[in-house]
Amino acid sequence: MKFKIVKVPATIWMRVLIPVLSILVTFIITSILILIAGGNPLEAYYYFLIAPLSDRVSALEVLVKATPLLLTGACAIFAFTAGYWNIGGEGQFLAGAFAATGAGIMLVDVPPAVSIPVMILVSFLAGALWALIPAWLKAKLAVDEVVTTLLFNSIILFIIAYTLNNFWRNPLTGWPQSPEISETAHFLRLIPRSRLHMGFLVALVVIVIEWFVLARTSLGLKMRALGMGKTAARFAGINVNGTLFIAALVSGGFAGLAGGGDIAGIHFHLIEAVASGLGYSGIIVAMFAALNPLAVIPSALFIGLIDTGAQGVSRALGLPTYLGDTVQTTLLLVTLAMFVLVNYRIKKV
Amino acid sequence: MNAIQMTGITKRFGDLVANDNVDFELKAGEIHALLGENGAGKTTLMRILYGLYHADEGDIQVNGRRVSIVSPKDAIHNRIGMVTQHFTLVSTLTVAENLTLGEKGSITINKRTIEQKISDAAEQYGIPVKPDALISSLSVGERQRVEILKALNRNAKVLILDEPTAVLVPQEVDVLFEVLERLRKSGLSVVFISHKLNEVMALCDRISVLRLGKMAGTVVKGETNKTELACMMVGHETFGVKRQGKAPRGKVILRVENLSLRDKKGLDTLRDVSFEVHTGEILGIAGVSGNGQSELTGILSGTIKPTGGQFHLEDRNLTGTEPLQITRAGIGRIAEDRHASLVGELTVAENIALEYLDEFVSHGVLDRKKIHQNAEKLIKEYDIKARPEDRLRTLSGGNMQKVILARTLSREPKFVLASQPTRGLDVGATDYVDHRLLDQRDRGAAVLLLSEDLDEIMSLSDRVAVIYEGQIVGILPIEEVTREKLGLMMCGSIGKQKT
Repeated sequence: MKFKIVKVPATIWMRVLIPVLSILVTFIITSILILIAGGNPLEAYYYFLIAPLSDRVSALEVLVKATPLLLTGACAIFAFTAGYWNIGGEGQFLAGAFAATGAGIMLVDVPPAVSIPVMILVSFLAGALWALIPAWLKAKLAVDEVVTTLLFNSIILFIIAYTLNNFWRNPLTGWPQSPEISETAHFLRLIPRSRLHMGFLVALVVIVIEWFVLARTSLGLKMRALGMGKTAARFAGINVNGTLFIAALVSGGFAGLAGGGDIAGIHFHLIEAVASGLGYSGIIVAMFAALNPLAVIPSALFIGLIDTGAQGVSRALGLPTYLGDTVQTTLLLVTLAMFVLVNYRIKKV
Repeated sequence: MNAIQMTGITKRFGDLVANDNVDFELKAGEIHALLGENGAGKTTLMRILYGLYHADEGDIQVNGRRVSIVSPKDAIHNRIGMVTQHFTLVSTLTVAENLTLGEKGSITINKRTIEQKISDAAEQYGIPVKPDALISSLSVGERQRVEILKALNRNAKVLILDEPTAVLVPQEVDVLFEVLERLRKSGLSVVFISHKLNEVMALCDRISVLRLGKMAGTVVKGETNKTELACMMVGHETFGVKRQGKAPRGKVILRVENLSLRDKKGLDTLRDVSFEVHTGEILGIAGVSGNGQSELTGILSGTIKPTGGQFHLEDRNLTGTEPLQITRAGIGRIAEDRHASLVGELTVAENIALEYLDEFVSHGVLDRKKIHQNAEKLIKEYDIKARPEDRLRTLSGGNMQKVILARTLSREPKFVLASQPTRGLDVGATDYVDHRLLDQRDRGAAVLLLSEDLDEIMSLSDRVAVIYEGQIVGILPIEEVTREKLGLMMCGSIGKQKT
């Protein structure tokens, strides 16, 4: 018996099933790793998925973890929709965090009604600024943005490391840690005695705006056309470089907001490890949401859940916290593979 | 005994019969031309011989022995080599390294042997290449000779060349012909796929002509002439529907002056192209594809910048402007590649709105009602089998083309650029498109129709221009057009003539 592979476009319900199936397949694959690490997979998944939701504190922590992911996911979606492969969410996050720290230190004796909007604006602009040069290189010289945005992540990280080890080094402890930002620049707490801050609401607003722009505006239609058929978009008279430029900068701004939000709502000072992969996780969030702006909300919450659960797994079972990252990245690979494979059928010849 | 004998070869791609019961024979030591229009089945036949395709019916004999060729490996084993239009060389490796790729029998590479082989071949066949030169440093002609060397290195006795001169500048064509002469002298057989009559008559011993997948006949060079070959190629039958009446030809709408385009490899794809299109006429441009039609379409569409010359719409110079200016100036474009002008993942309504997006937007927000209503109206008017919110990729080719027609023609452009508007469409859809183009002419628009389909050109055009190797070789009023004349002009054997 012989088989051949034919291309058949996926039906709608198959596309809807992808996230569910992806999670399932991911768990099967990662079970093997958990077994090797000496844990019981079922027990591990209890701590990954159910334990975090079983008490109020850790359930709120899931929302805290999801806050930056909502924004870095929005960052990836905005750029990817236009066919601009911004891998620089991490760097743009750092740029936002860096600028927000600077602003937060300087904002003394200013009422929060002024300082908080300033923090938001500064974070957004810093992220956009950090996306500017790769976007410009792409538009003017057709330099591959995957490479440039990725390299820019390292550049900003080294700039921050230099600053923390010189100008901002803590004079008492000697730690590479910036001075605290002033209290007027702190994001408001949403729920007392939890870490959940107003950045979560900002993220939700950003996602609604993003959905509106992509689905309902002329810029959004141009971006979608560009992402799905560059030649046809150009043929129809769309300004390819201009549209890409806007997509790149706004995308960077979203990641910048995520960075600024983590400074103003969680850390209150800058450390080198402030991003620690949140920018890259945004790509996973975006892909898992199938680049649908509104689907970013459940997607980011799910990844946030795994992030929170990873610590529980490690505490309860003595497994490394890296398992959380492993689950996330496996999920990305499985989801990507599903999106491709769902378009093919195996048929008997 | 023939070097190659192909008997009763039939190959289908879905409903399309690419080769229909074709017989082909190749004698030892001859250069045999395979002549035909695009889509006549030349390349398909040779791909079957080289094992890239598998025939549905028929058999192949090599030196009188029946063989089964299901992959290029079998072909190579039977001492058949093929140089395809797209070369298969690794550009970061040297000539010698490329020749050793795919060699068997030894794990180590004996550099000296291979270099010796190359210099021997260079002497014997007059193929001068340096064994240690990187492929990336070679010209297109040199790369082609490396491909030939590669086949010879595998001891090929039969060499298939698929449109080898299409990528070459004239001087390199001469070098290639010398190489082929020497190969013939040393006993090799060559199949030379081409649509250029002059080259075929200059080089080949015998000529087989394919037309619409069938073998139209094989002739010996001494016993034929270009006119006969052109007839065999394009056929004799009278063409489709006669048009009623002749529209009054009005003022000049589009003026094209000396348009030229040199591509990145230094090849002149358009050379001093000049013509005018008037209101109320269809100017047909006939030609075998790949002779500059795509480039001309691209320039007039605003997606390619010419390297010389200009074009005006009425008195406005539009040379080198972007698609946005082109459409706003009153040019309606029906591009040759539907997938390069429509976005499959967007809806029908969105695709229709895309070209004049500013009219469907208020304060940056899409007027979705207007987009939907506009699409609904045009779907009815142009009889498109789809709903406004259907994804475009779910439509058939004919309906996609109708979406393009609706988007373009509903604007009543002054000038309609229609490039291969019926390629790949069924009879009904073709008829529909043709009538819409005639409507445009009758409305008073100037229409430029580029097509490989002679029937279409002859039944729609008021004047016919022929493009060959990037040049307009002649413009004839429809009364003076015959298939034979067009056939000869399309193959480059009647030179420049103007009316």
